[in-house]
Amino acid sequence: MKILTCPLNGPRNISEFVYGGEVVDMPDPNRCSTDEWADYVFLENNTAGVVREWWYHAPTAYWFIAERDTVSEEVIRTYDAGTVFKERVEFSKPEPSADSDAPKKD
Amino acid sequence: MATQSRRLPEPAGLLIDRSTPVSFSFEGSCYSGFAGDTIASALVANGVTTLSRSFKLHRPRGVLSMCGHDANSLVQIGPRPNALADKVLITDGMAARGQNYFGSLKSDKAALLGLLGRFMPAGFYYKAFHTPKILWPFWEKVIRRVAGLGEVDLSHHHEYYDKEYLFADVCVVGGGPAGMAAALKAAESGAEVVLVDDMDALGGSLNYARFDVKGEVAAKARAKFVAEVEAQPNIRVMTRTMCNGWFFDNWLPLVGDRRLHKLRAKALVVATGTIDQHVVFHNNDLPGVMMASAAQRLIRLYGVRPGTRAVVVTTNGDGYGAALDLLDAGVDVACVVDLRAEPATDERYEAVLQKAHIPIFSNSAVREAIPLPGNKGVRAVDVARVVGDGQLAAQSDRFECDLVAMAGGYNPFAALVYQAGGQLSYDEDAAMFGIAGLPEHLFAAGSVDGAFHLDAVNESGRIAGWAAAKDVGFEAGRKPAGRAKKGTAEQNIAWPMFPHPKAKEFIDFDEDLQIKDIVNTIAEGFDHIELQKRFSTVGMGPSQGRHSLLPSVRINARENGRNVDETGVTTQRSPISQITISHLAGRIFDPVRVTPMHHRHLDLGARMMTAGVWMRPEYYGTPGNRADSILREVNSVRENVGVIDVSTLGSLVIQGPDAAEFLERVYTFAYKKQPLGRARYVLMTDQSGVITDDGVACRLHDDHFYVTATTSGADAVYRTMLWFNAQWRLKVNVINATASYAAVNIGGPNARKVMEKIDSDINLSSEAFPYMGVREGRLGDIPATIMRIGFVGELGYEIHVPSAQGEALWDALFEAGAEFGIMPFGIEAQRLLRLEKGHIIISQDTDGLTTPHEADMAWALSRKKPFFVGERSIDIQTARGLGRKLIGFELVDPQATVPLEAHLTLRGNEIVGRLTSVGRSPTLDKVIGLGYVAPDQAEVGTEFDIKVAHGEIVKGRVAKLPFYDPDGERQEL
Repeated sequence: MKILTCPLNGPRNISEFVYGGEVVDMPDPNRCSTDEWADYVFLENNTAGVVREWWYHAPTAYWFIAERDTVSEEVIRTYDAGTVFKERVEFSKPEPSADSDAPKKD
Repeated sequence: MATQSRRLPEPAGLLIDRSTPVSFSFEGSCYSGFAGDTIASALVANGVTTLSRSFKLHRPRGVLSMCGHDANSLVQIGPRPNALADKVLITDGMAARGQNYFGSLKSDKAALLGLLGRFMPAGFYYKAFHTPKILWPFWEKVIRRVAGLGEVDLSHHHEYYDKEYLFADVCVVGGGPAGMAAALKAAESGAEVVLVDDMDALGGSLNYARFDVKGEVAAKARAKFVAEVEAQPNIRVMTRTMCNGWFFDNWLPLVGDRRLHKLRAKALVVATGTIDQHVVFHNNDLPGVMMASAAQRLIRLYGVRPGTRAVVVTTNGDGYGAALDLLDAGVDVACVVDLRAEPATDERYEAVLQKAHIPIFSNSAVREAIPLPGNKGVRAVDVARVVGDGQLAAQSDRFECDLVAMAGGYNPFAALVYQAGGQLSYDEDAAMFGIAGLPEHLFAAGSVDGAFHLDAVNESGRIAGWAAAKDVGFEAGRKPAGRAKKGTAEQNIAWPMFPHPKAKEFIDFDEDLQIKDIVNTIAEGFDHIELQKRFSTVGMGPSQGRHSLLPSVRINARENGRNVDETGVTTQRSPISQITISHLAGRIFDPVRVTPMHHRHLDLGARMMTAGVWMRPEYYGTPGNRADSILREVNSVRENVGVIDVSTLGSLVIQGPDAAEFLERVYTFAYKKQPLGRARYVLMTDQSGVITDDGVACRLHDDHFYVTATTSGADAVYRTMLWFNAQWRLKVNVINATASYAAVNIGGPNARKVMEKIDSDINLSSEAFPYMGVREGRLGDIPATIMRIGFVGELGYEIHVPSAQGEALWDALFEAGAEFGIMPFGIEAQRLLRLEKGHIIISQDTDGLTTPHEADMAWALSRKKPFFVGERSIDIQTARGLGRKLIGFELVDPQATVPLEAHLTLRGNEIVGRLTSVGRSPTLDKVIGLGYVAPDQAEVGTEFDIKVAHGEIVKGRVAKLPFYDPDGERQEL
């Protein structure tokens, strides 16, 4: 059973963690195309190599990011999500346009 | 028949206690042995040499390895199948018998299959049996009877097995000289060491091998090592324990008698030694043909004479050590057959040649073993000169014997190294695999790493122990010397396999595979080593390739024109040795969570059920009156007042300046303008627009919401919320307070009357506390958050209190409700009550694809906010059009067969959905339910087909929801 080093709690058995998928930028749901959105929701890269992924330490309710080599299974490093996500994220709907040539979402 | 006719006089028998006789039976006959005997050693002591019948050809089989490496020794002990007779100790009254025969072990009717061997080559079952097709049911029955080895007793109860966690700085697997040397060296530097060996005593090859003429070196070394190990407090010795695999970061399953230890070692030393290899010749599987070391184990460990007259077949000096042991034990040695062209002379060879005057044939091999009638043993062997790889001269000499002792070379027992990602490569000169690369925190010592001379073995052990301790961080001093000659290239020969016109030269004893089976497998196109394995099943039996790997890989390499190193070996996986399912199951320990009011439910006669990990009341009553109890509970809520424990619901505290903003993003509805003291429905969808959870949000302050979630979804909802905010960085705290709160739902027309009897600071009048209101205050002296919501559709209050006060709340409600005849109600009643109101239950009425529009929840989607999780996906799907619709229904014919949940809904011949909830409503006195139909069937009044059991069709009719109290008047009293 693998040992994963939690940035908050140190090395713990992998059974204490929940996998959260790859760290991926969410496209703007209000502006991206259907294909872009479907790719984000349903498709994974399945990279053979180093990936950045989310892990959650369940007993302490702590999400963090790990860099893992999917071929060797080596976890290269783990760090707090705040290292990558620093800014408050805002959402907005595009202004409704009376112009009939306005770009459609799909 | 003299008992124990083959027992040797004292002092032979390191492991047996002659002062403690033991009686046991095998195949219905009684035998005696000594404490410390295994079933196999005691049987051989009594002259019984057939232990089993081979899997396919039902040939008699006897002792081969005498250490649990082979499946020849599998026997049935009472309810326990497939026990290794050469590992299991005899106990008084033990009744063992053979396996895999029809009739008796002695006269197995299925031995006829041996005559049909020609028609059962490797993979024959892929081609036979399937035509003509109508015969398959017949063949299936035959195959089921014939296949398999032991028998499972279905009435046998699971006995006590347990698991334990262990930690060590250094784990050494293998308690032979290398392992003991490594353990001692590591422990010297202060490391905590666990030393594991699967045999009954430490010592490894020191317990049975003969390295010198006098036969003293091994015993002396053993005594010294064992004394030092026992004196070293840092070493924990675990014998009779098998390290059955390697898992990440040196996580090791150590399987003992009744306990599975899960050991986390910082560093691992693999000192597992080698597996003795056999020589491949016609009839090399007869009882009496065994490893030379097996003969030595019988003599030295158990004091048993392995035969009367022996021929030794060898590729190295250890065969000569065995010959000397046989002579000392009173066994005639007819000759030694040395496969090497020029045997390297060592003192053992000289002793056999000069002192014993035994003929030694070099550059020779056994052409065939001549069987006794019925293949029950060996009568003689024919010896011939080797003239090429696998080729023998026409002339041979016959030697009478009943024992053939094979010292056919060695293969490193490197399963742990392979599983950990280490590499092995094949050395052509040594004709042996060797470790080429090791992963971090893993070290190897002894013959598994190519050291065969005892000095080299000890040195490699010390070096590995030193390196392991250093790796963990202990001050281990200078690296020990490693100068002694290893002797790697003196053990094996490249081609110890001799095809015979009558075949039966066994490569794999478990699967009855002969040389031609491997050759034909490759000729059929299964030439890759992994394909060869699956088609022929070589290495797939209980011994997992311990003996068959080398010969099959060598043949594969040659047939494909490659070398063995290029060919490689098949992937090695855990378990390395057989394991009972009882070990994996352990204690069978099923933890459940109980609510603060658990004992109140038991006292009231609740029938408890598991709902996820929780124990909740299904109903209050006994199984005999289940239906009546549920009916009574439903009626009490509709007509009077009832109470249900809902402590299992998730309780989330969402607090901070961005609390409302956060709720608006993670749920579909709107919350920024939710007034204080109001409750509002929450619906959660995931990024693909699928419904994942629901509940109620209570706004207690501008920046403070108390939000409920479903029982089974609470942890995931909490986790999801934290994940989103790890990215959004909003100013909000999310707290999972589920365990901090106990909660009940009190519902029924008399609910308010009961509540008003309790001393409280909350105004419960319908004007002051309307439907969907939330109030904080106290009931008695219990602090409470109370909300009026309508899951069951009656006037009711959901009351949340600190969990330590749960019982007090329950007692207060029942005391106040006594005059009304207040009743508790359970999950089954609640499911019926909510069904009458058409309320969905997430993951019962929704599945992994249900979106809000399908479930008629479009009203819960707010389009006035910039974003919510799942919105984009919902829009895309809505634009495409729905595929199905969740509707309420009743039966067209009230007397029709009542359908069940998951019965299919049809449109013509097409399956369009299924029923998700069905029940007989006591209030409306008819069958009602929820289910999916096609969108064009969703209009109220539409009739549709339901396929119930046995293909019967029942007609359903779409009904308007809710079934009961459509205007919601009763819940808004």
